[in-house]
Amino acid sequence: MAAVMPAPAASRLLMSGNEAVSRAVWEAGTKVAAGYPGTPATEMLEQLSTYPDMYTEWSVNEKVSLEVAIGASMMGSRSFSAMKHVGLNVASDALMTLTLTGVEGGLVIAVADDVGMSSSQNEQDSRFWGRFAHVPILEPADSQEAYDMTRYAYELSEEFQVPVILRLTSRICHVKGLVTVGERVEHQPKGFSKNAERWVMVPGHAKRRIPLMFQREQELKRLSDRSPLNVLEPGTDRRVAFITSGPAYMHVREAFPDAPLLKLGMSYPWPLEKVAALVEMADAVVVVEEVEPILETELKAAGFAVHGKDFLPRTGELAPEVVKPAVERLLRKEAAPAPESAQALPPLFPRPPTLCASCPHMGVYYTLSQLKNLTISGDIGCYTLGAGHPWNSLDSTICMGASMGIALGMDKGRGEADKNKRILAVIGDSTFMHMGMQGLLDITWNRGNVTILLLDNGTVGMTGGQNTPANGRDIRGQGAPRIDFRKLIEALGVKPERIHEVDPYQLPVLFKTVRDETKIDDVSVIITNRPCVLIEEFKPFKPYVVQEDKCTGCGNCVEVGCPAIHVTRRDRVVKPSGKEVDLAFTRIDSVACTGCGLCVQPCAPEAIVHFAPAGQVISIQPV
Amino acid sequence: MTDTTNILVCGIGGQGVMTATEILSEAAIAEGHDVKKTEVAGMSQRGGVVTSHLRFGKKVLSPQIAPGTADVLLGFEAAEALRWSHYLKPGAMALVNDARLVPPVVELGLFKYPDDPIGDMRARGVRTASFDAATIARDLGDLRLGNTVMLGAIADQLPFSADVLLACVVNRFARKGEQVVELNRKAFAAGRAAAAQAATPAAA
Repeated sequence: MAAVMPAPAASRLLMSGNEAVSRAVWEAGTKVAAGYPGTPATEMLEQLSTYPDMYTEWSVNEKVSLEVAIGASMMGSRSFSAMKHVGLNVASDALMTLTLTGVEGGLVIAVADDVGMSSSQNEQDSRFWGRFAHVPILEPADSQEAYDMTRYAYELSEEFQVPVILRLTSRICHVKGLVTVGERVEHQPKGFSKNAERWVMVPGHAKRRIPLMFQREQELKRLSDRSPLNVLEPGTDRRVAFITSGPAYMHVREAFPDAPLLKLGMSYPWPLEKVAALVEMADAVVVVEEVEPILETELKAAGFAVHGKDFLPRTGELAPEVVKPAVERLLRKEAAPAPESAQALPPLFPRPPTLCASCPHMGVYYTLSQLKNLTISGDIGCYTLGAGHPWNSLDSTICMGASMGIALGMDKGRGEADKNKRILAVIGDSTFMHMGMQGLLDITWNRGNVTILLLDNGTVGMTGGQNTPANGRDIRGQGAPRIDFRKLIEALGVKPERIHEVDPYQLPVLFKTVRDETKIDDVSVIITNRPCVLIEEFKPFKPYVVQEDKCTGCGNCVEVGCPAIHVTRRDRVVKPSGKEVDLAFTRIDSVACTGCGLCVQPCAPEAIVHFAPAGQVISIQPV
Repeated sequence: MTDTTNILVCGIGGQGVMTATEILSEAAIAEGHDVKKTEVAGMSQRGGVVTSHLRFGKKVLSPQIAPGTADVLLGFEAAEALRWSHYLKPGAMALVNDARLVPPVVELGLFKYPDDPIGDMRARGVRTASFDAATIARDLGDLRLGNTVMLGAIADQLPFSADVLLACVVNRFARKGEQVVELNRKAFAAGRAAAAQAATPAAA
């Protein structure tokens, strides 16, 4: 993306939380920003890459992105690192020592929790990092606050020489609201000052930094009690008071407009004096926190009789329709939560996410679904969808890069029951570079027997198609060195003859390669080489149609799993053998079809042909 | 927060739900309202359900519309409109593109797509105006005009003049030239007419 002219100061813009954070990072004079794509955090770096006068990068993983930010901060520059909640698990090794060295240039880490799990493998509460790493947590409740708090986070970071965590959730990142923006202020880096006792964390140096860290935390505690970010709103309804933060604040205010409330903008360290003042304002106090009862537990330990997760759910978003009935039960003094009210609507079919028409992963999963006796360790990306219908060809997903180590563990841990199983691992190009390479090295070094499918589609597909070292473009779309997977994999110890590059649209070749390699007791890597359909490298082919008079209803094309294939009629026939067979006659949505030809190959009667053979015009049937 | 207007837009990934809601937001801002717009669309690019919540008024707190509080529902797909119809206030209006987009899990025979989702909505007491946005768009020469047809359909259900919304649509396409703008004006008018016709008791 090319840099664009940012909107002038004092403009009032409709911005998502991610856009607002990015604007503030830029305005703060930040010199270096790095991140790894992940829902709901992705748009922060995407937006930042459109701003001028600063360096941005997609890093290969979150740990590297934080390390890049730390390096920039050591030089005295302001820096930024953004990631989703699970990304900070990866980056936490750096964080837990960064908290000892502290920062020089302001360093802000934006971490986005996928509360309710729209697109994640787990749900985590990133506020825990505040206590764990002894660093302040700022929690905006809407886009304007996301902007304001990001600007403030840099001042706080530099005043206390501390990394500041900006805790966001999906309901901040992706909600748009009006934001009044300001001007960019240039920030001059002071320059690196050589100081081993500060920057080289060996035990002797670290021991001297620990008391400084605790002293800093005490000062931040005092700040929290006087900070204007922690607002005590008196209210008139004395029945119940609330302590809340982030988007839950808006939900509580919507549900209980007149209740006394303590809104925590700085949610770590906790402002206990303000809590004590709030407790005097009502008969009961409810802590409304999304995900974990962190503050509730802490307040109970400090002697405050508060409610929280005894009435509110432990998972998902605390929307007004969740908070209101829960608190009303408390006010009626009902001990246990009432059962959820019955769903008002008749249950409808689900719409699970699917692979796109012409997705190269479809060829891989169709192939795997046709092979027997496989155990397939999977990874994080679009290809996790291979666990779904119709393929059912992925047996585990844990975290980024885990397919490698898990496959090795499956191989080494198998007993008699699994001795004939073929162990496979499926991983995408970006996930491989994020954390899979080390796992592959472990497999080769320890002589594992695993067949690896490296699905190289040249992008981070699941988050919308970000650039990676596999497509030779950087975050701004400029040409950059492109990784050679074959060389890399060979360097990691895989024999050259066990590395194959295959076109995933050529089903017979793919089938034969997978079948042959799984029979060999050695490490093999099969690289598929078609681009994601969402990126510019993908060029659509001519669409196909099903010739109605030739379709025999075999249903083989439906098993490919393409969303462009639709069943027009079902039937059941009895074969001469007496066996009952279900038939599904199909058509192809020619607007959605991009002509990959995957469905053509298993079609028994060869009924699938190009949409418009020479000179012939076929009218499009409306969907 | 009684002055807040709640608009729920639903459909599936790739249909233009988020863009349509963005344009509705711009119209609300042009009228001087505070605006919040939200959706969760992490995996929707892969054919999943998309709902977009738009709330505007003097001061909007929570961005989320609670079930039973939407003033109007704009449905880009028939079964999706049914799926979210319990978000409407009693007696509120649903404007629905009657397209049936059938997902692979239904084609595989694992689930059933309702025979008549629009009829089901009416049976549940939802005032429903349905129309075929794709055919209207195709008759105007371009399937991509479907989004503007949908915006035209909702234009008379807003607490401000349809012209405010039309101006935002025009503004969005202005840089693509007068021809594109003119086509979108026609699509907007056709959507408006289709919704008005479908909403009359005789048609329902």
